[in-house]
Amino acid sequence: MSLVLSKYFQKETEAAPLAVFRVFFGFMMFISIIRFWAHGWIDQLYIQPKFFFSYYGFEWVQPIGDYTYLIFGICALAALGVALGFKYRLSIIIFFLSFTYIELMDKTTYLNHYYFISCVAFLMIFLPANSYFSFDAYKNPLKGNSKIPKWTIDSIKLSICTVYFYAGLAKLNSDWLFNAMPLKIWLPSKYDIPFLGDFLQQSWVHYLFSWSGAIYDLMIPFLLLYRPTRWLAFALVVIFHVMTRVLFPIGMFPFIMIVSALIFFDAGIHHRIIQFISKLFRIDYSKVTSLPTSSGNVSGKRNRLNRNFAIPILAVFFSIQLLFPWRYLAYPDELFWTEEGFRFSWRVMLMDKVGYAQFKIKDRESGEEFMVHNSDFLTPFQEKEMSFQPDFILEFAHYLGNHFKEKGHKNVGVFVESYVALNGRLSQPYINPNVDLMKEKESFRYKDWLLPFNDEIKGL
Amino acid sequence: MKYLRSVFVPLIILFVMVGCSSDNDSPKDDQNDTFDRAAMLSNWADNIIIPAYTAFNLKVIDLKSKTTVFNQNPTVENLQNLRTAWEDAYVSFQHVSMFEIGKAEELRFRNRLNVYPTDVLEVESFIASGVYDFSLPSTIDDQGFPAIDYLINGLAESDLEIIEFYTTNSNAEGYRTYLQTLSNTIADLTDQVLSSWTNGYRDTFVANTSSSASGSVDKFTNAYIFYYEKALRAGKVGIPAGIFSNQPLPENVEGYYKKDISKKLLLEAIDATRNFFNGKHFGNNSTGPSFKTYLDYLNTIKNGENLSALIDSQFVVAENKANELNANFVLQIETDNSKMLGSYNELQRIVVLLKVDMVQALNIAITYVDADGD
Repeated sequence: MSLVLSKYFQKETEAAPLAVFRVFFGFMMFISIIRFWAHGWIDQLYIQPKFFFSYYGFEWVQPIGDYTYLIFGICALAALGVALGFKYRLSIIIFFLSFTYIELMDKTTYLNHYYFISCVAFLMIFLPANSYFSFDAYKNPLKGNSKIPKWTIDSIKLSICTVYFYAGLAKLNSDWLFNAMPLKIWLPSKYDIPFLGDFLQQSWVHYLFSWSGAIYDLMIPFLLLYRPTRWLAFALVVIFHVMTRVLFPIGMFPFIMIVSALIFFDAGIHHRIIQFISKLFRIDYSKVTSLPTSSGNVSGKRNRLNRNFAIPILAVFFSIQLLFPWRYLAYPDELFWTEEGFRFSWRVMLMDKVGYAQFKIKDRESGEEFMVHNSDFLTPFQEKEMSFQPDFILEFAHYLGNHFKEKGHKNVGVFVESYVALNGRLSQPYINPNVDLMKEKESFRYKDWLLPFNDEIKGL
Repeated sequence: MKYLRSVFVPLIILFVMVGCSSDNDSPKDDQNDTFDRAAMLSNWADNIIIPAYTAFNLKVIDLKSKTTVFNQNPTVENLQNLRTAWEDAYVSFQHVSMFEIGKAEELRFRNRLNVYPTDVLEVESFIASGVYDFSLPSTIDDQGFPAIDYLINGLAESDLEIIEFYTTNSNAEGYRTYLQTLSNTIADLTDQVLSSWTNGYRDTFVANTSSSASGSVDKFTNAYIFYYEKALRAGKVGIPAGIFSNQPLPENVEGYYKKDISKKLLLEAIDATRNFFNGKHFGNNSTGPSFKTYLDYLNTIKNGENLSALIDSQFVVAENKANELNANFVLQIETDNSKMLGSYNELQRIVVLLKVDMVQALNIAITYVDADGD
């Protein structure tokens, strides 16, 4: 077995696909940050709010006032460095750190595709993506190589396959398949899309989209991997992601996924893409291709680094990726309701949840109590996200409690009256209104102050 | 490579759709089993909003002219006529307060007409100095109906004593001028809003059938819910009853100086909000498409609970509960605040149904930022 493994890790393949992936990834990240900046979201999401929701264990990661722009600037420059393959190792590490820092600043903005980008960026730290078609290779041809270990490209394919497959598994539940939820809510509201608007009102279309979405997610990794179906698969990737872009406000993600799918193709296509880019930017293509295909010393050192360093780390990384989504099984009650174990598991666009949370502050010394206007402390976006996620509610409760303690109230208790509607069900009380949230602490343990979900969702 | 053709053709079609889909504002031809959002928007604009503003406009014109008459000749009779005109206009205002979009949003209409309690000290200092600018955000609690309330009901205990402020007071001129400016401002702002609707905004509003967050349906729904939660539930009942503070705040009731008008205004507001929900035309008993019909249409798709019926019946419950209150909320708060709290609780239930259930059913977006429905 280990002979098979070690033989596999020594297999080589053309570097072009990884180079193209690197170029597009860096470029799309650069565009994403500029787009984010241009929409004014840096100010709106990270500078205007008074308060930020933190990830458990990462409370020290906070926006830094106006200097937050600096973090984005560094991230954008790093992305550019990655795209150009300029001081690649440094660039990708800086990109990973700055991008992840940005994502950790406020839990409100959590999106599965940001998580995906962090994962890919981490992975790419260990890949020789600058060995071909990069500034680094141009400056120092000895560092370049037109052949790289096959496992480096496979690891990106594994990343992408994991996302799709787990997203597909997540859709295997009774709400999605038998009630066509939440598409039954999302699609009819898109009545103004040309050609499709009227179809989206029909019930059979909701079921069609639900089932095809699940089948697509589950099958696409295999269709992409299997050469005879690859072009068909790519067409499906394009159709699927353009469709979701038309229907939902999901920014750059569809384009990132379309472009990432190119990694499944053989080197031939990638050589042509590189040729095209070279012509566009008047790069001397002959310089690109005039790289060694292998060499003793450099290759040997690279092999040792890989064997002792990169491969073990990535093995752990992928094990975590594959196991982490299953942690929800350790918690009681319905996952969609309690959200314990929901994030970081590729549950993409899976449910519609709307909530309402009214907080009551009790000053036990004086016996006084009063309700709080959430809008005094949170932006509408934050209030919306907070209202149906228990960890947010707990964190906000503590923030309120401490705020009023500072104002001079004594022995402060914080209670919440909260309702949540999940996937079209009538709103139900969400949290026990008699539990003093100031006395509850964030942890990995089950939050027993959540009220039970009075329904059942079967499946994964 | 022959697969390339099978990729490009669908690609081109889809890219055309992507191009066409951003902020499409052309009305659609609908088949008979789809819901006509444009019809709903035009029912809102033509049968509810514009008629309500038209009626309100007449009332504020009358308020302005009665103010002029009073200032020219401050008698008890003119004061009482002015008071009646003020009350009629205030009641009529409850039917337009929720329409904080377009010009009204731009002018901060509700804040200019109905912020209470009035900052009496500041008003008195303005009257003394004669220098004030009602367009400044800092003056919202020095103008509007509540400020007039103070000037015609709150200056003194009896009508004769009130009139003295406008006749024998050393700064009677200042009081008259301030009172006139208050009425004139209300009339002027109302005229601006109504003109905006009748001179173009109506068409913009109805044509903007986009399903995005900037479309009329989403924008208006957010404004409607915000009005109900903050101005109606909290403003008229919650805040005075002490829900958001340590103690009840009876001085924060609507119509504080008139004393017996708070319940009337509350009932009118609940009625207006409920009627809008049901698509009832302003001024007659016909109904047209609105939230109720939209929810019913969507309900037939998702076979859920009959949400529109739940909401409407809760409106009735809230109205009945509010009816049990004393006409004078200050008295109610001081003698039995639990009734105010009971009324608040019934109003509160509607907030949850609107803000959670209706928002989900209509898939209303409240933010423009990227999201992925997680």
